[in-house]
Amino acid sequence: MTDIDFKKILRHSPYYERLEPHSQTRNWMAWNGYKTPRVLDQLASEYFAIRSACSIMDLTPMEKYRITGPDAADYLNRLVTRDVSRLKPGRVTYVVWCNDEGDVIDDGTIFHLSEGVYRLCAQHHQLDWLMLSAIGFDVSIEKEADDVAALAVQGPTSFAVLSAAGVNSLDGLKPFGIQHTKCGGVDVTVSRTGFTGDLGYELWTAPENAHALWDAIFSVKERGLYDVKVIGLDALEMVRIEAGFLMPGWDFNTADTIVRAGRGRSPFELGLEWIVDLKKPYFTGKKALTQEKARRPERRLLKLVIEGNKSPANSFLFDRKNGRNIGAVMSTIWSPILKSNLAFADVRYKNGQPPAEIWAEIYYQKELQWNVSWARGRIEEKAFWSPERRTATPPAWTQ
Amino acid sequence: MTKRRAVVIGGGHNGLICGAYLAKAGFKVTVFEARDAVGGAIARREFADGFFAPGLAHTTHVFQGVVDDLAIVTTASAEAAETIALDREGAHLTLTDNDVEGAGLPEADRTAYRDFVSEYASYADALTPLLTNAPPRLKNFDRRDGVTLAKIGWKLRFGLGGDPMREFLRVGGMNIYDILNEKFADERLKAAIALDAVMGHHMAPRTPATVLTYLQRRFARQKGVAVSVAALQDAAVRVGVEIRTNAKIDRVIVEDGKARGVVLASGETCDADIVASNADAKSTFLRLVGARALDGLFVHRISKTRTNGDVAKIHLALSAAPPFNGLSPDRLNARMVIAPTQQYVEHAFNASKYGAFTERPVLEIMTPSAIDTGYAPSGAHVLSVNAAYAPCALKGGWENDREAFLEAVLNVLDEYAPGLKRLVQSHEILTPVDIEAEYHMSGGHWHHGEMAIDQSFMMRPVHGAAQYQTPIEGLYLCGAAAHPGGDVTGLPGRNAAKRVIDTH
Repeated sequence: MTDIDFKKILRHSPYYERLEPHSQTRNWMAWNGYKTPRVLDQLASEYFAIRSACSIMDLTPMEKYRITGPDAADYLNRLVTRDVSRLKPGRVTYVVWCNDEGDVIDDGTIFHLSEGVYRLCAQHHQLDWLMLSAIGFDVSIEKEADDVAALAVQGPTSFAVLSAAGVNSLDGLKPFGIQHTKCGGVDVTVSRTGFTGDLGYELWTAPENAHALWDAIFSVKERGLYDVKVIGLDALEMVRIEAGFLMPGWDFNTADTIVRAGRGRSPFELGLEWIVDLKKPYFTGKKALTQEKARRPERRLLKLVIEGNKSPANSFLFDRKNGRNIGAVMSTIWSPILKSNLAFADVRYKNGQPPAEIWAEIYYQKELQWNVSWARGRIEEKAFWSPERRTATPPAWTQ
Repeated sequence: MTKRRAVVIGGGHNGLICGAYLAKAGFKVTVFEARDAVGGAIARREFADGFFAPGLAHTTHVFQGVVDDLAIVTTASAEAAETIALDREGAHLTLTDNDVEGAGLPEADRTAYRDFVSEYASYADALTPLLTNAPPRLKNFDRRDGVTLAKIGWKLRFGLGGDPMREFLRVGGMNIYDILNEKFADERLKAAIALDAVMGHHMAPRTPATVLTYLQRRFARQKGVAVSVAALQDAAVRVGVEIRTNAKIDRVIVEDGKARGVVLASGETCDADIVASNADAKSTFLRLVGARALDGLFVHRISKTRTNGDVAKIHLALSAAPPFNGLSPDRLNARMVIAPTQQYVEHAFNASKYGAFTERPVLEIMTPSAIDTGYAPSGAHVLSVNAAYAPCALKGGWENDREAFLEAVLNVLDEYAPGLKRLVQSHEILTPVDIEAEYHMSGGHWHHGEMAIDQSFMMRPVHGAAQYQTPIEGLYLCGAAAHPGGDVTGLPGRNAAKRVIDTH
């Protein structure tokens, strides 16, 4: 692990020198101790780069842990709620992990990089939880955030851009697949994963290879073949909601940060029942989740399409206009591509059933004057946005 | 209907008592003991040809209610009624349950002692509902918890009365050092009392809440009686308990979160509806059940419980009576302590905090051969010594330092009994590491884990496994790792059995 210079308030990722010239707005923020762009140019153009062209985002600050050792597979299977015992080398899977009470601590992805070698990516710092979960397992856990330079290449032309940049034989790579290959003359691991809900890839390489990889990708733009645009976290926030992906810490309280009783959320309450396997061997939280499953649902984090064009940010939700309060909006965006308000909302159930109607009380300003209005919300069961190109294999060159 | 089957892991006193209660309630019970005889820490051991020690524990205080319930035949008390606080020059103090005397003791201290013992006896008595019942939970509180809590409150308020209750609440969390300095002037007296608060714990007189450990020990003495291993075994066998020795348990079988039986080290499997573990919490959960069947944080909390013992047991075979200065041989049947001042005890503890043993140990000495025949050949004697502080996690390990610590103990003994060293024919030293290996007690801790306030009551051994139940359905803790802890009361065994009977 590289030495950390504590005098530098925010660290620079290996891509920083390449990234920095793209920042027109100097709109930076801290992400896991790294200086990260919120917006580099125009939010709208960054958003549409993801949805209509090819976007590039520096993923290096994401929490990454390398997990190896004879018990690595058993360890991960005891850690997460999903059965990952049959995750083959070269495959990735989405997981959540819970505390003993069955409340979600964080979500992330497990990469089975090669036989017995795993990478766990997480939203928040997890080393302490990973270490204390390791008691009784012969496993090694290394934090590798600084040892791996990571880049997200996402959007309808991402396949074309990477192919033009010299990445061979990506056409056979299925969603959640991993391929070890070369690009720009350096070793790179490509996974067909991402946080955008679109066609896209994540590229993993050693920090010293970062510039060569970046330059190879941008040569595609310089040669006039495809546009490539660097994006910041604000654009990602928009597309992840369209894709129906949760943001732990925003859409729900992560279990390790909770002070008040009852503020934790189980995978069931977050709508993640599909990744809870109560039939697999014991995992942390299984007992609590088995008990919860036998009870009636008390609440769910729902995906709502809220009518109208006024932002329901921070809105309370009611079972009818001026009715009973049944929850609140956690995060919301106006979706440019769907032309509607999308939201994640924490909603209380009645008698184990979702409310028949959901109404948002929306406060909004018109020329500095506050008004209130009501807008009906409709529950969306699937992702708000999931184009066919996301899973098409082989992907088309242009969409 | 076939009898439900219960397996008890460990044939120490709590295991036998738990098994006997279960058998009385209609379970078919087998107690598995890894060693060649039951009794665990209280089993007699031959440490040299013809010389016997009373076992790891000097005394037993099996709760009177347990003795009555199980009709355990009590023997003449092996427990000394007197404690002699030894003085190097022979100015010994003799402490009993209601008086103290000795050369140079201020009269005011004598009066204060009489008041002190009666005051603290009433406090220990006030703890009865807390120490004899399953501790009320703070979460998932049920009716039984409410009843217990009401009993505790009632006993404190009306058992003690207003002013004593206030005083009790003041001192309950204090250290014994401050209390004794408030009450007494004589250092010998203070140190002899303080020793009862700290011996067997990773604590010294200035450690917080040592008043509580003192009261728990007092409670055991007040409410308990001495019983022999043979009497316990008889009581268990009489109600149908099957006892199997040389039968080490390898693991508990867990299926779907339920205990289904045990697998022996021999590979033999024994199915059961109930498994009661008299092993300590670390052994039970980390070794016998295994982390993989449990939640991550629970495993972490169990692994972080403090279980490192601080006392070595030393057995000396003497060719003649130990020549303690100014002590007539007919008084060797008393319990003797070497702890001249509270400061001495505190300094002895300092070493252990940093992973070293003390050169000036605190000693609790019994001469079983002066109480009963059969411990040593005629004319010879056995000295059984608890020596603190000898930390389990000694820097560099015990392998090369066993003899050095023994030497330190002998040096101190020889100062109080000049010439004693020359009488030693053979010896045995059990450091906490040896105790762990031989008695299967994690850290060699007398009480299966510190009886500190954060590891007591509804938090013993950790919350989530208090009340004798565990995260594994059908698996119970019935040993000193469960409330009310050690001191050889048999209460964990009884309470665990009651919990099983109430639940199943």
